[in-house]
Amino acid sequence: MPEAAGEKWRADVVGIFFIIAVGACLALMGAAWGIDTPFQAQMWTMLAAFILGGAALLSQIAKPPVADKASRYENGVIKAGVFASMFWGVAGLLVGLIIALQLAFPNIFYFPDFGWLNFGRLRPLHTSAVIFAFGGNVLIATSFYVVQRTCRARLAGGLWPWLVFWGYQLFIVLAGTGYLMGITEGREYAEPPWYTDLWLTIVWVVYLLVFLGTIWKRQEKHIYVANWFYLAFIVTIAMLHIVNNLAIPVDFAGSFSYSLFSGVQDALTQWWYGHNAVGFFLTAGFLAIMYYFIPKRAERPVYSYRLSIIHFWALIFLYIWAGPHHLHYTALPQWAQTLGMTFSLMLWMPSWGGMINGLMTLSGAWDKLRTDPVLRMLVVSVAFYGMSTFEGPMMSIRAVNSLSHYTDWTIGHVHSGALGWVGFVSFGALYCLVPWLWKRQRLFSIALVDWHFWLATIGIVLYITSMWVAGIMQGLMWRAYNEFGFLEYSFVETVQAMHPYYIIRALGGGLYLAGALIMAYNLWRTARGDAPALERASDVPAAGVLAAAE
Amino acid sequence: MNLDQAAHYAQTGGLVLLTVCFVSAVIYALWPSNREKFSKAAYAPLEDDNND
Amino acid sequence: MWSFHKWFERHSLLLLIGILVVVSIGGIVQIAPLFFIDSTIERVEGVRPYTPLELAGREVYIQEGCYLCHSQMIRPLRDEVERYGHYSLAAESMYDHPFQWGSKRTGPDLARVGGRYSDEWHRAHLVDPRSVVPESVMPPYAFLAHQDLDVRHMDEHLRVNRLLRVPYSDDQIAHANADAVAQATPDGDGAAGFAQRYPNVAMRDFDGDPAHVTKMDALIAYLQMLGAGVNFSTYHADAPENQR
Repeated sequence: MPEAAGEKWRADVVGIFFIIAVGACLALMGAAWGIDTPFQAQMWTMLAAFILGGAALLSQIAKPPVADKASRYENGVIKAGVFASMFWGVAGLLVGLIIALQLAFPNIFYFPDFGWLNFGRLRPLHTSAVIFAFGGNVLIATSFYVVQRTCRARLAGGLWPWLVFWGYQLFIVLAGTGYLMGITEGREYAEPPWYTDLWLTIVWVVYLLVFLGTIWKRQEKHIYVANWFYLAFIVTIAMLHIVNNLAIPVDFAGSFSYSLFSGVQDALTQWWYGHNAVGFFLTAGFLAIMYYFIPKRAERPVYSYRLSIIHFWALIFLYIWAGPHHLHYTALPQWAQTLGMTFSLMLWMPSWGGMINGLMTLSGAWDKLRTDPVLRMLVVSVAFYGMSTFEGPMMSIRAVNSLSHYTDWTIGHVHSGALGWVGFVSFGALYCLVPWLWKRQRLFSIALVDWHFWLATIGIVLYITSMWVAGIMQGLMWRAYNEFGFLEYSFVETVQAMHPYYIIRALGGGLYLAGALIMAYNLWRTARGDAPALERASDVPAAGVLAAAE
Repeated sequence: MNLDQAAHYAQTGGLVLLTVCFVSAVIYALWPSNREKFSKAAYAPLEDDNND
Repeated sequence: MWSFHKWFERHSLLLLIGILVVVSIGGIVQIAPLFFIDSTIERVEGVRPYTPLELAGREVYIQEGCYLCHSQMIRPLRDEVERYGHYSLAAESMYDHPFQWGSKRTGPDLARVGGRYSDEWHRAHLVDPRSVVPESVMPPYAFLAHQDLDVRHMDEHLRVNRLLRVPYSDDQIAHANADAVAQATPDGDGAAGFAQRYPNVAMRDFDGDPAHVTKMDALIAYLQMLGAGVNFSTYHADAPENQR
């Protein structure tokens, strides 16, 4: 290693060691003085993680891994991200299946003296596991991959990317185990407690700096559009996370806190956050994946680069206003509701612009869909994106919303986006990444990808159609009147009517999980070396480039 | 001017400002002389040789 | 002429600032006015801050994730008003840090559940929902009846709430820990003091177990006061000052 690189490497070690040491001290104090057992358990978890992190850091100093330095790019942290994505993906889908079964068969899945597995604690575990653990790991891993390739620069920051990776896993473990013990802030998708929020803030700022630092080192003048989407995702999520989680802890040695805002202001802040978690985490971030992986896999440039610029600014400009459509007919002032609905409707246009851009990238290469199930998965994800971004604006219309709100239609809508768009585009990207990273000619089995594709597609269809029927039926039953002018159904009759659809939904979710398990097996076999290896000129270290990158 | 009016002006002004920004971005993206530059940029993922 | 966009493409920091400007304006224009426009929250009689026991019950409600299946927001639609009662007012959640309006009704709305059922019904329903409502899909919460409520920090809870402009008095904060017990122990020593600090608030043994003040006591105390506060004989939804 060159002299300068060695010095820089030590600086990051000192920085990370400082964070770990301070974190460990605070965790120990929390464990000692914690006012309740769950908080103490969380602090012990944190302390254990910091001790393990410190040990790992020391072993790095003693014996720096040489293998990966041979490549022009930093690949180790991306490989770890692929593993983590797959692990959390399967875990999150499994918890989703469990809570779907709980709604279908409440008598066999609940334990009266044992609150840990109750729906109310498992649902945040499911949503956080699939959105933040699976989705977040996919985004971090792919962003690290894409930014290096499109900037032709090695990932900045030495060991800092590893702090991002492990720090993010610690965030997930703290949040998830906390939910099971009843630790929550009580707002959807923002449930982690104040100290977990603070930890994520630190990790996220480091993530932003690593990403920006790599862009600053780039050898291309132009910043490729996928990086714009990643940057918008990282920056906006930071803003949303900090503002929405402003809270005062009851005790600095306890987990419960009170939100800075109350009532109507809190509701709008929360849905400003909630909707833009969809807009910037689940849309902008995954659009970045679309703008890199579809052209790459199809071996064609994106259909229209100019459209991608318009798509970018229109999307981030419009999305941020759409939150109030979650609060139609509530105590939120009507002007805010109307504003939210207007922007939600306008959002349809850039969304479909992006969809067209993704789909048309294949023009002239449609035949690849027949032979390459990975590309098919990526393209179908964009089709699902188009479908749910049509459904979304439609549901934001007040009259439609009066029927759909509070029902399972919303759940169906979310899952057409989550399973169809986010899930498939992530699976497609991971199927691409594993052979690329582990230098294999191809995946272990293309046939298994086909199986995954069809199982998952049938699963999605069962899921969203059952939820459409269930949701619309429930909405209509709630507002049905009999001939005497009285409400026709009691609430519990509408619950009873959901039963068959809840079973179909669980079946759909089960198929989707089965597909993901097949994928995990396929990826593992590919990485392990059961697919032919690849010899590439570019794998040989380029000394000049490496020195320049450092 | 009370706060309701201030909010009204902020909303209208913000909308106009952002619309102008957005329209500028659109015109820029479609400006004929920029066509070539963007065509080149679109090949960024494909020119990278570290993938198969 | 159009060189400004080149800055975005070449300079990541400008791109970053551009993104921040574009995404903050929406939030500022939408959210900030809610804090300043007077008409956002109606002036209503009858909405009071939670008692310590109710506040503890609300914590249980949040911890158990009740908001994931129950809304607390009745919309001004005919069927909802007939099924649940008067539509919800912004003022009714003005002391809620955080709000618990919810977004899904796997179970019914709870905004006005207070006083609809007896304590005994709630207890039986929470212990085993299907013993009372055979078709229910709700999880059982029998364990709440066995867990003593930790009241040692209720004064801190009230103090934080006062910091957030919930009007608790010094007296209420000083006696918060004892008041949490007193509300569920009507025959105890603290009853008189509690009644004086919180006039016209129900004081009884909510969980039917006089020996212990449990999380069940707290949760039922909270459920039984939901939506029961507003005096709709003095509030006129049609009055001009209540039009938003």
